Amino acid sequence: MNMGNANLEVFSETLQEIAETNRNLLVVTSDSRGSGKLVPFAQRFPNQLVEVGIAEQNLVGISAGLASTGKQVFAVSPACFLTARSLEQIKNDVAYSNNPVTLVGISAGVSYGALGSTHHSLHDYAALRAIHNIIICAPADNFETREAVRLAAATDHPVYLRFGKRPTPLLREDVPFAFGKARVLREGKDIAILATGETLHPALEAATLMHESLGVDVMVISMHTVKPLDTELLAKVAATGVPILTVEEHHVNGGMGEACGSFLLQQGFHNRFRIIGIPDEYTVTGSQQEIFDHYGLHGQGIMEIAQQLLGIYQENR
Amino acid sequence: MEESLVKKSIAYRKSILKYIYKAKAGHTGGSLSCVDVLNVLYNRIMNVGPTNFDSPDRDRYVQSKGHCVEALFVVLADQGFFPESELETLCQYDSHFIGHPTRKVRGVEQNTGALGHGLSLSVGMAIAAKLDNKDYKVFTLMGDGELAEGSNWEAALTASHYKLDNLCAIIDYNKLQISAPTRDVCNTDPIADKFKSFGWEVIEVDGHDVDVLEETFRSLPLAAGKPSLVVAHTVKGKGISYMENVLKWHHGVPSEEQYAQAQKELDEALLMI
Repeated sequence: MNMGNANLEVFSETLQEIAETNRNLLVVTSDSRGSGKLVPFAQRFPNQLVEVGIAEQNLVGISAGLASTGKQVFAVSPACFLTARSLEQIKNDVAYSNNPVTLVGISAGVSYGALGSTHHSLHDYAALRAIHNIIICAPADNFETREAVRLAAATDHPVYLRFGKRPTPLLREDVPFAFGKARVLREGKDIAILATGETLHPALEAATLMHESLGVDVMVISMHTVKPLDTELLAKVAATGVPILTVEEHHVNGGMGEACGSFLLQQGFHNRFRIIGIPDEYTVTGSQQEIFDHYGLHGQGIMEIAQQLLGIYQENR
Repeated sequence: MEESLVKKSIAYRKSILKYIYKAKAGHTGGSLSCVDVLNVLYNRIMNVGPTNFDSPDRDRYVQSKGHCVEALFVVLADQGFFPESELETLCQYDSHFIGHPTRKVRGVEQNTGALGHGLSLSVGMAIAAKLDNKDYKVFTLMGDGELAEGSNWEAALTASHYKLDNLCAIIDYNKLQISAPTRDVCNTDPIADKFKSFGWEVIEVDGHDVDVLEETFRSLPLAAGKPSLVVAHTVKGKGISYMENVLKWHHGVPSEEQYAQAQKELDEALLMI
């Protein structure tokens, strides 16, 4: 698997590409230009970066005010602060007032793993899912990042993008990307794994392992948009009767998995179903990978759960 | 004081009470304390109205103390943004005229209601004007109790950092909040000194003297390169004898008898001009 750059780097490069021809694009930061990989942007486009200091509520309120005048605003701050401390500003000033800010949660999930729960954002999907009028998207790789940033810059709708900080593998680019349209990256008839953000790659690894070691055909779907969920594809997959496994770098409460489960139950689907994520407990610390390993968010761990799910499914068939 | 403006203030007070009485809900005391400021801004100062509300060059007004929306709705109706009769639906099922400003009502710049949001929104608008070399001004109305919200002070810092002399915040300094006098809840005094230390230029005025208000707003910015703060000393429940400075009228609704008396007092005030 060829490695790409950190999605944050690609985010910054893409913003620079857009800013070359679009002087209306503004980046607003809360002393986060370094951690947001935005120093090159700030150097090239000093008049298109607004710094507000370490004040996340103010960051979002100011961004909403700027967006209300027609600016295309990317408000950039660590996801842990952006989606907790400024939640009311997101709810009222961005979503409710319909000011089309793109909120960019950097170093999301457990990217700041060793820094502890203050710096983890494992609540952000849950918090934002309960707010009307905002797209929630976690691009998995450099391709999805580039596409998501371009689309966000062109939309007149509030968007939340979530990026990790480590390099991500280069995945398929031949499947088109659009908000709310999940991408089938691997076809398979035995089980479907739906993954979002940086858990997509471990899901693909699990699929490869299962194919090689068990001869199981695994469908892998990039569920990059947590809201609005691609319910059309979800229903289509569920209708085949395969077990469905969701994977996300988020608490198991209120995330993409629960969104899928809720939809499926309410539509009358009773496929075997499991959510893999960070359990509801005092989160272990360490590097992002170590935390993934601890909770089984890796190819082997996902395969084990998939096998359980599949075994039960096959027994009942 | 200029007679036409004074008459308008009385008419606005009559309408505020009329619609709060009909809705059996509303923020009576604060709407009555801030309405003279709104009167002067909309009738004498701001370049905004129904014909240019979609213009990027319009002046902006953000009501951070969103709960006093009745004053705003009455003034917007008078400006011609919508027929005043629509206010008959205030707080009724599915009405756009809810208990806080909403952009569903033409003329409302931003949805507000949660305190401590308006100043940051306004700072964003004022920065945008500076970036685009536009000369519109941004006005924000805040409460003295609202100043306990920390987000205001984040915004106050940014406003002076960016030298936003196109921004004017107004404190409706009526000195009462929902549960007690502001000084007893969480003292926000001395407001002027606090803002001055944050790099703002501050003036304290009688918030019911329309002439002084007009003169003050015409002199903006109070200092070049600094955001302006107008501390408008006001009386909560202004204009109605039994409401003035009485805590329960924060969101009290008059009885039939009280309503009749209030309208009578305002009619008498009109005759005395």
